[in-house]
Amino acid sequence: MGAVESGAAISTRGLSKSFGDVRALCDVDIDVARGTVLGLLGPNGAGKTTFVRILTTLLEPDGGTAAVAGLDVVRDAANLREQIGLAGQYAAVDENLTGLENLTMVGRLYGMPRRTARERGEALLQRFDLVDAARRPVKTYSGGMRRRLDLAAALVAEPPVLFLDEPTTGLDPRSRLALWDVIEELVSEGTTVLLTTQYLDEADRLADRIAVIDHGRVIAEGTSDELKDRIGGERLEVTLDDAADIPAAISALESMSDERPECDGPIVRLPVREHRGVIVEAVHKLSDAGIGVDDLVLRRPTLDDVFLALTGHAAEEAPEAEKEEAAA
Amino acid sequence: MRRLVTDTLVIAERNLVRLPRAPDLLLAFTVQPIMFVLLFRYVFGGAIQTPGYSYVDFLIPGIIVQNIAFGGFVTALGLNEDVHKGLIDRFRSLPMARPAVLAGRTTADIVTNTLSMTVLLITGVIIGFSFHTNFWHAIAGVGLLLLFGYAFSWVFAFLGLLVSSPEAANSVGFIAVFPLTFISSAFVPVASMPEPLKSFAMVNPFTYVVDAMRSLWLGAPAHNYVWGAVVWSLVILAVFAPLAVARYRKAAGRS
Repeated sequence: MGAVESGAAISTRGLSKSFGDVRALCDVDIDVARGTVLGLLGPNGAGKTTFVRILTTLLEPDGGTAAVAGLDVVRDAANLREQIGLAGQYAAVDENLTGLENLTMVGRLYGMPRRTARERGEALLQRFDLVDAARRPVKTYSGGMRRRLDLAAALVAEPPVLFLDEPTTGLDPRSRLALWDVIEELVSEGTTVLLTTQYLDEADRLADRIAVIDHGRVIAEGTSDELKDRIGGERLEVTLDDAADIPAAISALESMSDERPECDGPIVRLPVREHRGVIVEAVHKLSDAGIGVDDLVLRRPTLDDVFLALTGHAAEEAPEAEKEEAAA
Repeated sequence: MRRLVTDTLVIAERNLVRLPRAPDLLLAFTVQPIMFVLLFRYVFGGAIQTPGYSYVDFLIPGIIVQNIAFGGFVTALGLNEDVHKGLIDRFRSLPMARPAVLAGRTTADIVTNTLSMTVLLITGVIIGFSFHTNFWHAIAGVGLLLLFGYAFSWVFAFLGLLVSSPEAANSVGFIAVFPLTFISSAFVPVASMPEPLKSFAMVNPFTYVVDAMRSLWLGAPAHNYVWGAVVWSLVILAVFAPLAVARYRKAAGRS
């Protein structure tokens, strides 16, 4: 188990998988350090689910290697399964059982005695705010409650590595925020998490590092800030009281940027070199020129901007390579 | 091996716990067979000649065998649903014995088969069925029925993993099994059938099992039926259990 002590919790080299003619994954190299969260970001069909399915032993790769907790996904599949938990849009719970029965069943399938599994289930229901629903069949649960139960099921055996495949897809905003809180809490306890998402804000908020995946290839990897830096720094956005002041505003602000400001109605945007003092300087310059300002903000690029810059297309549905899996 | 047994029992429990909560399912196990017994007994009974036995004595073993064979339907539908809802993915990601998800299903079927067999026997006795043999023969008959039903559950397990939807499982299963049960000695004497059907009925496993039941419960001449029925059950089991497990290992689930 030396590898587990020293190495990454998740490590892949040249990982590839095709379904017929569709290359779902292509030479993917990824390392996730223990106790950190990697956000795998990409549109539908980018290969995210295929990646998770290989790492959780549900699917064998065509080429390359992958190890989780130091165990090879093909050779050590049986031992590997004791080290992982899987939750998300496709892992599921039994609708005909109650919440407690579901968790007890999963615990027993991890090899726990019935009593231990039941106690563990009760503790998790408490933690996930499902105590009132513990003895109701899951089919009466709301979407958010199901996802929480699903996540709880992945945690029954307290696995050191957790895979969350689009954990909040299809949830209403409130349930989404609640689930984010739960995931953040887990991470603070030292669990290694691989999270796939097509929501840029989700990766931004939860992940230490983000890998952007498109058409089965990792096209960028780094911290959220590093990725944002790749497409440039911050932008100053000034909304004028009167659109007629635009030429005056441009000449007043010109010296603050290497590039020429763009304008859009009453809004002037310009990239700025330095973060500090920008707003104060801009306010001074505009008021010296006698220009009325309605609003003034300093914007960092969003991950949406990053995605667009990296792929040349917005983070939307690509041809659904992953759907091929069902037919394979 | 110990894990296989405990995991199988966990899954069997999972499948049985839901029964009392699904009245429609319970109805399928009880009311539907009763309906068939009454229809056959009173609609066809008068028209079908069964030399040596009253039609109700002739019918009950046949209809119980048909019911037991269809008992595995729950396994086909349930497994197909598990695949579609992603539960199979959860199970396959757990450190549990691989065949346990299937073995648990088929084990649960033994319980539901016992239930519908009991309901049918009670109905049969009410409308005039009686055992013509001793207690041990009757018990051996029950054992044979459960063995045959268990083997057929594996056929349905394979089917449930093979087809794309529960609806498909339903129609494929029905098309495959329904004629098999009818072109046999279950409802009419084989001798009354036209030639090609008669030849088929003679080798049909259903004929073997039904005739074995009539031998064990009514004292009909045994010939090779009892051994034939046991061999058929074991062959079905030996073919379809590995097929189903192999299919389960690969089950893609939803992508």
